[in-house]
Amino acid sequence: MELKIPEVGESVREALLAKWFKKNGETVRKDEPLCEIETDKITLDLNADVAGTLSIVVQEGATVAVGTLIGTITEAAAGVEAALGAASAQAVEKLSASPSSPEVRREMLEHGISPEEVAGTGKGGRITLDDLFARIEERAKQPPAARPLADKKTTPLPVPPPVQSQPVSRPVVAEPAAPIPEPAPAPVVRSEEAPAYSSAREERRPMSPIRKRIAARLLAARQQTAMLTTFNEADLTRVKALRSSHREHFMQRHGVALGLMPFFVKACVEALKEFPMVNASIDGDDIVLHNFYDIGIAIGAEKGLVVPILRNADRMKLYEIDQAIAGFSEKIKTNRLAITDLEGGTFSISNGGVYGSMLSTPILNPPQSAVLGMHAIQDRPVVRDGQIVIRPMMYLALSYDHRIIDGREAVGFLKRVKEYIEQPEELLLEG
Amino acid sequence: MPETNTYDLIVIGAGPGGYVAAIRATQLGMKVALVEKRATLGGVCLNEGCIPSKALLDSSELFAQARDKFALHGIAIDPPRLDLAAMMLRKNDVVGKLTDGIAYLIKKNGIQRIHGTAVLKGAAADGLQQVEVVPAGGQQSLLDSPAEAQILTAPRLLLASGSEAAGLSGIPFDGQVVVSAREALSFDKLPEHLIVAGGGYIGLELGSVWRRLGVKVTVMEMLPQILPNMDRQLSDALYRSLRKQGIQFKLGTRIIGVRRIGSKAIVEYNDGTGSEEMDCDKVLVAVGRRPLTAGLGLEELGIRLDWQGRAVIDRDYQTSLPGIYAIGDLVPGPMLAHKASQEAAVCVERMAGQQAEVEYDYIPGVCYTWPEAASVGQTEEQLKQASTPYRSGRFNFAALGRARCLDESEGFVKILAHQETDRVLGVHIIGPRASELIAEAATVMSFDGTARDIALMCHAHPTLSEAIREAALDLHKEAIHA
Repeated sequence: MELKIPEVGESVREALLAKWFKKNGETVRKDEPLCEIETDKITLDLNADVAGTLSIVVQEGATVAVGTLIGTITEAAAGVEAALGAASAQAVEKLSASPSSPEVRREMLEHGISPEEVAGTGKGGRITLDDLFARIEERAKQPPAARPLADKKTTPLPVPPPVQSQPVSRPVVAEPAAPIPEPAPAPVVRSEEAPAYSSAREERRPMSPIRKRIAARLLAARQQTAMLTTFNEADLTRVKALRSSHREHFMQRHGVALGLMPFFVKACVEALKEFPMVNASIDGDDIVLHNFYDIGIAIGAEKGLVVPILRNADRMKLYEIDQAIAGFSEKIKTNRLAITDLEGGTFSISNGGVYGSMLSTPILNPPQSAVLGMHAIQDRPVVRDGQIVIRPMMYLALSYDHRIIDGREAVGFLKRVKEYIEQPEELLLEG
Repeated sequence: MPETNTYDLIVIGAGPGGYVAAIRATQLGMKVALVEKRATLGGVCLNEGCIPSKALLDSSELFAQARDKFALHGIAIDPPRLDLAAMMLRKNDVVGKLTDGIAYLIKKNGIQRIHGTAVLKGAAADGLQQVEVVPAGGQQSLLDSPAEAQILTAPRLLLASGSEAAGLSGIPFDGQVVVSAREALSFDKLPEHLIVAGGGYIGLELGSVWRRLGVKVTVMEMLPQILPNMDRQLSDALYRSLRKQGIQFKLGTRIIGVRRIGSKAIVEYNDGTGSEEMDCDKVLVAVGRRPLTAGLGLEELGIRLDWQGRAVIDRDYQTSLPGIYAIGDLVPGPMLAHKASQEAAVCVERMAGQQAEVEYDYIPGVCYTWPEAASVGQTEEQLKQASTPYRSGRFNFAALGRARCLDESEGFVKILAHQETDRVLGVHIIGPRASELIAEAATVMSFDGTARDIALMCHAHPTLSEAIREAALDLHKEAIHA
């Protein structure tokens, strides 16, 4: 059975073969994960469709086009003969790679380059060091997406810093005294010898495709929008009361804890209905108003931030929102998030509160025009009816594209969100 | 409360694995402690293995040359007399100079050398690995020998404690008659009859030493051939040659028991036709070596060992316990000093984040008999079993000028290359200085060279290395001198 890089989404044309979980020649069971592939949007596992012996064609660390054959599985039925065949195929495969040398192989490992990528110019197609360095240079000039990640299977172990700041005592060789009292020689400034295992001081690693994508998009958001942030704060007394009084009942009925997020999703959807420009986007010289409410929820994953989309959030019940978000988290953990989970979206919510952030300015996720930032809930003294009382408060931030959203609208929108959060009953009556 | 000292890396064992690891780690900027229970550094290799055996092999070879070959060269001498005590002194001197050399290197690199026995104590609360070092009893070296136990800690431990001679079941070593290689390197007088149990490298080398010095030597091997992992043509040729030198062989023979009678012994064996007995005064048991893990505390910590008692490791040479690494004879692969040294450097470089790897396919192996036998890569038997299509080329030293000049015309070079790609897959040499010649083969293979590559390289004339080129030519039926 052939193993190919699958279609993962319309805009994805290539993927990084990030890691093989199985070795060449290893026996695999049906549905066992074989390798992890990473695109600029998602990371996912490829599983074995049949049981058999794995033969790896493309080594990990290589970036390959969608549809590329990366390995084959020789089905188990053939038994011993298949195993023998695979062994000799393996030997032949190794022999068909371009000849190189120990140093070249070492450098290829260091730079995460597979022999197939390098055109050998030496005798018999031998890959020389010059060939390799030419390839490294060429790769440096390529657009970031096409560059393979360094060999991740041998991620450098973090070397602990030397235990003592004092260097290991080495025998000091006495310098011979200068025989002639010449004018003092210019002092030789000997730069402190950098530790050979430089990873203690700094470590250089290539950006993963996801990280590059994030970097490019965030920079674009900064450069191509007129981003501004407005702030407000919300009193969460009633939301908290509602959650605690219905917690068990909700859990029993829906199997998820009643979270905070559904209230904010609902509040935003209602406010977006009143301020349609906040739910709009710019396309060329046109403003596109969206009559649907696809809300992106920013989730911090191990490999970087991803923003899966709640489709038609206006039609979702509170528990459905909770379930959907829990589903996204689970998919991220198991590398099963699909491109379709990430595409589109008319407005986003980012909750920095889960990390303890008190106040921050969220960044737009173009072409969306606004993003709500939630923060940590803190008991703070506030004035109610002329009295100083303690209330669970949260700062809210709305970053918006000033090109199409006026200050009045942005402030009004955020004020509506605040009101819905402070009076959740209203939300329930509306929704 | 014992004193505690913290390092970046603690290396246990100062053999060719351990001391190389310590030096390489220091070069990479780590603060290193090297724990060794022997008073001298260098491990088995230097103290009672490779080096002393080669010293005696070279001495005994000269003795045999003087006795048997000088006359052929026109050098008339009285029969040479053996001064065994002087020969042993020279051997000890060679060992002494080299172990001192290692001690100098350790000092020069600022490595903390600790004389004592290490016991692993697991990870402390702060995650650092702890090692207790108990001062070595008996042969104390005044230097670096602490008076009482101390605790060393480091984020990483490297186990390089090597291996020890395995005994025959039911026949324990007694140090007098039933001995290991260690004692067989230091007999104070010539035995009359030495029985060697085991037809591997160690048994054949030491058997050769004593045979050349005039001892009756009988090698008993359980398998039907000597050096079973070697290319069959090579082991057959070596077998014939050693027999010609007067070593007796009993193949397919199992030793059942040894009865001591005073300073003599009677070995009871079964060669398949029934139980028989043979008198001797020394039995050298050289049936293999087993990893020296006992006493380190590995079992207590639950470090996984395989069925041979070797540590299970990952690509980084890390054992099943994070932070604890193992190399050399403690881990799978051939038990060779140069393999341990290579793993040592690679293991430490990987700790420092370098992408180092040991290229196991290109590790040469040498048996220092005369003629010497040396191999790198796959044997013809292995290629057949893997159904790899190959071609074979061979050249006999008898047809080589330099070998004739040396009067060393036994043996041949055999090259195996892939049928389609011509890539060299294995080189097997039996003959004079095969141990040195094999380096060219390992180089060519490391550079993924072909048999034609060798044929196209100019080899100096007259040298033994020409045999390698001729064998490569023969592989394509183009040999000039055959």
